[in-house]
Amino acid sequence: MSGLDDLYREIILDHYRTPRNRGELDPPAVRVEGFNPLCGDEIVVYLAVTDGVVTDIKLTGQGCSISQASSSLMSAAVKGKSVDEARAVIGTFKDLMMGPSATEPTPSELRKLGELAALAGVVKFPVRIKCATLAWNTLTQALDETSN
Amino acid sequence: MSTFDPRLVRGDIAQLKRVVNGYPLTYLDSGATSLPPRAVVEAMDRYYALHHANVHRGVYQTAAEATALYEDARSAVARFLNAPGGASEIIFTKNCTESFNLLARSWGAANLTAGDVVLLTEMEHHANIVPWFQLRDAIGIEVRFIGVTDDFRLDLTNLDELLRGVKLVSVTAMSNVLGTINPIRELADAAHAVGALLAVDGAQSVAHSPTDLVAMDCDFLAFSAHKMLGPTGIGVFWGRQALLDAMPPFLGGGGMIGDVSVNGFTSAPVPARFEAGTPPIAEAVGLGAAVRYLEGLSMAHVAAHEAHLTADALTRLNDRFDGRVRIIGPSTVDRRGGVISFDIEGVHPHDISQVLDQHGVCVRPGHHCAKPLMKRFGLNATARASFGPYSLTSDTDALLDALDDAMTMFGA
Ligand SMILES: Cc1ncc(COP(=O)(O)O)c(C=O)c1O
Repeated sequence: MSGLDDLYREIILDHYRTPRNRGELDPPAVRVEGFNPLCGDEIVVYLAVTDGVVTDIKLTGQGCSISQASSSLMSAAVKGKSVDEARAVIGTFKDLMMGPSATEPTPSELRKLGELAALAGVVKFPVRIKCATLAWNTLTQALDETSN
Repeated sequence: MSTFDPRLVRGDIAQLKRVVNGYPLTYLDSGATSLPPRAVVEAMDRYYALHHANVHRGVYQTAAEATALYEDARSAVARFLNAPGGASEIIFTKNCTESFNLLARSWGAANLTAGDVVLLTEMEHHANIVPWFQLRDAIGIEVRFIGVTDDFRLDLTNLDELLRGVKLVSVTAMSNVLGTINPIRELADAAHAVGALLAVDGAQSVAHSPTDLVAMDCDFLAFSAHKMLGPTGIGVFWGRQALLDAMPPFLGGGGMIGDVSVNGFTSAPVPARFEAGTPPIAEAVGLGAAVRYLEGLSMAHVAAHEAHLTADALTRLNDRFDGRVRIIGPSTVDRRGGVISFDIEGVHPHDISQVLDQHGVCVRPGHHCAKPLMKRFGLNATARASFGPYSLTSDTDALLDALDDAMTMFGA
């Protein structure tokens, strides 16, 4: 079962069972829905940005352990960060999922990712990559909306 | 006497000898596509190796052979379905989905006008929903749905009311999610009583129980070869001869014409009218071989075998997991086929399927192209195990052990 241990790291199962930042935010926080039409996973991101800082983020939705844990880890990673920092985290994460070095992140990349590095094993299961990236694409959209 | 023995069938399927992730492959996804026996693969091989030529055009020997093989397949399908009008009622399409598009675009566009009603059911596959919505958007028909009861049956209590204004009822013979087998003859009688026609989605029924078009008394039937031990790339559209004869062509091009001039075209008689372009010849040969293979097994034996497998699996899923594996479908094999959808609290279907894969067990997670049905039961997805004639109770053993592992891993 070594292959599966790479996918279902303890941190992932923990975030799946006890997701962080669940809930909703009232306007003026923006609300963006993300859908995976193939498998029906859905994520709603509520994002509050004040003076260029992600002051709060909340999530609802349903889906598999990877999509839900990824969204929970993401919320913890960007909350309190500046918008630029949040976009940088998104970039680093997406590189991890689909960049040229997708198979083997370097130690310094892993350090930058912190807990998010637990999702590195997803790359070995190509059909699950879209589960892991759903929340992040939705967050990008939400950030775009707050800057409009 | 048929010599049906599922272990012999299994011996004919090369893929079932594979080892995946250290386990013998356990294939429980026949509802999505079936595994072809050697006879099918060899028939297609032989065709390409020795007989390949374009059909209906050449006068040379091999072209005549290819044409004969292609038309033999048509005859085999007509016999398999007990088609009342014989082979000329059998149209080869790309798949079941294209067959429904043909029905909607050709028969639908020619026979329906704004306000006419097409009656579907909430348990249809998107293949039997979307083409009707497309037609609605184009010409303004109404699309109406028969509901599904809490015990996973069509709700026919208000059928008379639902049938008002209906020109076509289009229903699956067996749900690809629930396994529910629908009362086709009853629906045919009800449709005909109000002057409507009945189309049947046979995608999940033709490979798992005997099909008798005369007894069913439906007017159209659609299915794919790949779900009945045949190849991908070919499907069947059957219609009553008189209906087909009155239908305009769907796709245009070579092969479907009577005449073409700079002023226009006339169309060929049926079935050529609906087979534009070079058809899937090798695939038809494969489908013919699959039909003969199934006839050799006898569909009655296949149905009995799969009923046995399904009853055993339903009982054991319940006994071993004590209700934690919730079956989304009828709980007994009464009017039910070998497609078992289930839901486990705390373990998402994707994760179930991922852990099962690690045991070499193939099941399918997702909405199974039946989103209205998913919505009806408040689900986003289910995991689905489905049987074929080569399935054995040992496949269920592997399924149960792997499910146990998935539930342990997720603490469910
Ligand atoms: C009930 C039903 N109808 C239609 C289809 C569509 O078949 P195909 O994708 O081969 O066109 C399927 C297959 O998934 C099905 O199960």
